[in-house]
Amino acid sequence: MRKEKEHAVLTIENLSAEVDGASGTKQILKGLNLQVAAGEVHAIMGPNGAGKSTLANVLGGKPGYDVTGGSVTFKGADLFDLDPHERAATGLFLGFQYPVEIPGVSNVQFLREAANAQRKYRGEDPLSGGEFLKLAKEKAGLLKLDMEMLKRQVNVGFSGGEKKRAEMVQMGILDPSFAVLDETDSGLDIDALRVVGDGINAIMRAPDKGVLLITHYQRLLDVVKPDRVSILAGGRIVQTGGPELALQLEDEGYDAVMADA
Amino acid sequence: MPEAATLPTRRDEAWRYADIDAVARIGATALDQWRDITVEAGETWRETMVIGGNAPELHRIRLTVGKGARGELFATNVGQDFTRLEIEITLEEGAHFEFGGVTIGGGNAVREFVTKTVHAHPNGTSNQTVRSVHWGTGTGNFLGEIKVARHAQKTDAAQDFKGLLLEAGASANAVPQLEIFADDVKCAHGATIGQLDESARFYMAARGLSPEVTQRLLVQAFLGDAFVELDDEETRSALLNAALKALEGADL
Ligand SMILES: Nc1ncnc2c1ncn2[C@@H]1O[C@H](COP(=O)(O)OP(=O)(O)OP(=O)(O)O)[C@@H](O)[C@H]1O
Ligand SMILES: [Mg+2]
Repeated sequence: MRKEKEHAVLTIENLSAEVDGASGTKQILKGLNLQVAAGEVHAIMGPNGAGKSTLANVLGGKPGYDVTGGSVTFKGADLFDLDPHERAATGLFLGFQYPVEIPGVSNVQFLREAANAQRKYRGEDPLSGGEFLKLAKEKAGLLKLDMEMLKRQVNVGFSGGEKKRAEMVQMGILDPSFAVLDETDSGLDIDALRVVGDGINAIMRAPDKGVLLITHYQRLLDVVKPDRVSILAGGRIVQTGGPELALQLEDEGYDAVMADA
Repeated sequence: MPEAATLPTRRDEAWRYADIDAVARIGATALDQWRDITVEAGETWRETMVIGGNAPELHRIRLTVGKGARGELFATNVGQDFTRLEIEITLEEGAHFEFGGVTIGGGNAVREFVTKTVHAHPNGTSNQTVRSVHWGTGTGNFLGEIKVARHAQKTDAAQDFKGLLLEAGASANAVPQLEIFADDVKCAHGATIGQLDESARFYMAARGLSPEVTQRLLVQAFLGDAFVELDDEETRSALLNAALKALEGADL
């Protein structure tokens, strides 16, 4: 059932964006429309190079990506009025396709500073060291990530799968109201995929939250069952349907499904 | 007869990036003021210092490290005017010299470390790590000369410099200078100069950290290397905190 527009957490209208590349600027998003209702997990699938990560980066406010048209409304406010760190503090979480290594900064220090920076922005009291560690332990446990990993430098020397799992621990600690997860399933082994999927459900399945789940494969969608599925191709949403659309894509491929539409 | 001190010029290798006008303001006689330190055989000597204020400073140390002894010097240079720490080290057999230094600051000032390490006897080791963080039109320099005498076999000398420039007008210079007369020695030196990692900055912003906090965390991580060999938590944080305090005053 399509929910009323007022209940949308995220509304993207006619969004156009370009990226400053080495060979000049290139338009990637070309009038993209998408709405995610409260309580909804919305999967985004699409061919390589379609603009999925670009959409995530534009929502996060990554430098080098310029919005050339359209609007994004997040929790009733203009998302583009906010700086990247303010978007995060407002409840937007970006799970990176390629999480970044930060040598010399431990996960514990990084996440405690991040959690408290967000709390401060929202006018909440900071977490004490003890409170933070308790929270971190709980979320690391949820994602079956060894607490020792959180004492190490951010993502430095983590395997591909460990990085993705650590992203979800971060999400658990920061407890966002909306998550854009860019190929969080890539690099995960079979067991880890289930752990991460269950983690996403535990952290993000709530009536007032929302998720944009960017993925190439049905296997994550078997665990995190999407309410809606959209196909992003050529910088636009070309088709939206229920969970069956992902299954159809898995069977027939993009060309056949998009030709049918 | 002591020679009358005359001002150096930038043609002198060890003064090529210095602010000679500032030296003139201190007065040439300051050039004669060396502190002499001798570390007896088998002993350990350690000093940590935070140097630099609103006027130019020149610190000159002559350090002799005896047989099997260890000399350690760690310094944070936060000068808002020309601030130079110069160390001449002579290593006896099997002696070790450890240096960790940070230069940090904006404005128009030059901060520098100048070391001359003489491996005079066999089996000596030295390790020098300098980190420089600058903005505005600030400058940080590390001039490290290493001499290995003909019979100083099995010498192991290392120098490592990294500069982090927070604004386009800032600069950092590394000048390693090796004079090696023995054949069985290891001398490693590395120097890189860069900016804050853009992808790390965005990643941290995406987790809710403001540009100021992000910068502080990244600078703190960058500086850490300079003091890892300082085996004393309290003085290590004092040196780091002095550096980070200088960053707080930055108008970036
Ligand atoms: N920083 C950049 N510089 C140059 N080109 C870019 C940049 N970022 C994205 N692009 C280009 O924009 C297009 C869309 O890239 P994007 O990463 O959004 O695709 P995607 O849908 O996430 O693909 P994938 O499924 O492979 O992850 C590609 O052609 C890509 O090369
Ligand atoms: Mg992508």
